[in-house]
Amino acid sequence: MISAENLPILVIIIPLISAIITPLVGRIHRSIGWLVALLATSLSFAYSLALIRSVMENGPISYWLGGWEPPWGIEYVVTPFNGFVLCVVSFITIVITLYARKSIEQDVSESKIPFFYSLYLLFFTGLMGIVITGDIFNLYVFIEISALSGYALVAMGRERDALIASYNYLILGTIGASFIVLGIGYLYMVTGTLNMADLSARLPELYDSTTVRSAFAFFMVGLSLKLALFPFHIWLPNVYTHSPSTVSALMAATSTKVSAYVLLRLMFTVYRPEFVLTVVPVTKILLILAALAIIIGSVIALAQTNIKRMLAYSSVGQIGYIILGASIANQTSMTGSLMHIFNHALMKGSLFMVVGAMVYRTGIVNIEDMRGMGKKMPFAMAAFTIGALSMIGFPFTVGFVSKWYLAVGALKADMWYFIPIILLSSLLTAVYFWRIVEAIYFREKSEKLAGLPSEPAEAPFGMTATTLFLSLLCIVFGIAAFIPTKVAAAAAKLLLGG
Amino acid sequence: MIELIIGKYNYWIYIALMMIGFYAMIAKENLIKKIIGMNIFQTAVILFYISMSKVRGGTAPIEWEHAVRYENPLPHVLMLTAIVVSVSTTAVALALVIRIYKAFGSIEEDKILEMKGDRTGKPPESVL
Repeated sequence: MISAENLPILVIIIPLISAIITPLVGRIHRSIGWLVALLATSLSFAYSLALIRSVMENGPISYWLGGWEPPWGIEYVVTPFNGFVLCVVSFITIVITLYARKSIEQDVSESKIPFFYSLYLLFFTGLMGIVITGDIFNLYVFIEISALSGYALVAMGRERDALIASYNYLILGTIGASFIVLGIGYLYMVTGTLNMADLSARLPELYDSTTVRSAFAFFMVGLSLKLALFPFHIWLPNVYTHSPSTVSALMAATSTKVSAYVLLRLMFTVYRPEFVLTVVPVTKILLILAALAIIIGSVIALAQTNIKRMLAYSSVGQIGYIILGASIANQTSMTGSLMHIFNHALMKGSLFMVVGAMVYRTGIVNIEDMRGMGKKMPFAMAAFTIGALSMIGFPFTVGFVSKWYLAVGALKADMWYFIPIILLSSLLTAVYFWRIVEAIYFREKSEKLAGLPSEPAEAPFGMTATTLFLSLLCIVFGIAAFIPTKVAAAAAKLLLGG
Repeated sequence: MIELIIGKYNYWIYIALMMIGFYAMIAKENLIKKIIGMNIFQTAVILFYISMSKVRGGTAPIEWEHAVRYENPLPHVLMLTAIVVSVSTTAVALALVIRIYKAFGSIEEDKILEMKGDRTGKPPESVL
């Protein structure tokens, strides 16, 4: 029935159609909406796994939409690089869907729940589409699909400040997307093609053209906005702080990662490594921005009193790590950067899920009020501790693996001065996470917590189990690091054209 | 120089429109005016794409005995998609502004920022 050559399109079509039917079947019974979402994301993940297995064995897959031959038709491409990202995104989304069920019942009013899952699936479709497409205008369309549903998801937050966060995100996101579409226009002007593979074949002889260089500038600014790379990060803390817990976890774990993927894809496969390294040495600028993001993100995180906002600023720093590895641009650092896309999705996803569970049960978001939480929610706080250790880069956690690759990569490139930056940021991370871990376990209960019943009360099973599962994966992939490393190394090799 | 200004005047208009829109998005306090700025910004992109496909004396790409040269239809088609995106973005933005007005009682950014984080005010409206 489902033949293997149609897998690339099924990954996109299934969540897209489910997004349309979710509000309809939600009318029958509201829990069906959730079931449809779970089914759609699970199928997408299963197909992504099938795709990556096939790619690792038989080489890249190209799918022609409607049978039109590229470069005229739209092409979907799966390589080890984007197959890896496809699996990460769909896997994290399944875990968060399982988590969403209870959390959303509290965050969103009952009649809106089917619509929530509809937007949720559209958002997921957009992300998967961005990753799989081989056509640059199609990329823009998918960016807008995920962004538009993202704005609505953020606006579903309980506080009214969520609306302002969503509005600002919309304005900045639109500027970013318009810059991207301008960049596409400039490229089309000189090459007459929209297919990424075709572009990368035609661009090298045009590297001296001002048009191609302006296009590149537009892409860099537009994507930095989408990615929330310092200093374009101002929309991110508000969005993560005010959106529903599920949405914070989903966005932190997937959407900035996908934007990072697009940046890498454009820098290294549409333009070539020699362009970004020598013709227009944008990597030098990115290195500085990444270093600033790492340091400033950590310092601002240190000053936060709201835990969600602290995690958001910590994300700004972690995005810096991903860009740092990509800009050093040797095999080791690129592997580290790709690993960090996966690892940070695990860590930040689980940390935001812990916060969501805590908000669900106690309504606490201030770090000050978290004192003594270890006795109230032991499992959730265990997950938090693992996540925190992993963020710091403690050995045997995923955070250590990617930081190790980044540091070794920096050394190999004779950029030793990034090692103190990585160390300093790890130290700052240790400070701002450890003060929380200490407050959770070794302090008297805060007034707010003391007012609640004293016996342990975890969030519902679905939420606690998925949170613990994700944080245990932080350890599993920290020890068995060779599994993702193998894929990431193959992807890095591909990106660097080796 | 003259050739650069007059011969490519549509590109200059595109840049001017884009800057007007950009300015409105950044400098205006009123949330609706920001959306208007956003629309001007997106329209500028459309003008840019259409200029790029224009061929002097070109006709629509259909077979016709008098046709000498054709205009490129692809940018036009791409802009159909961009118009759809622009309409949806505007719709979402306007919907948000309505809800902001209901929750804050104002659409002036400076007034809203004063109220932001202040939970003693009017309670937030039910979601959506």
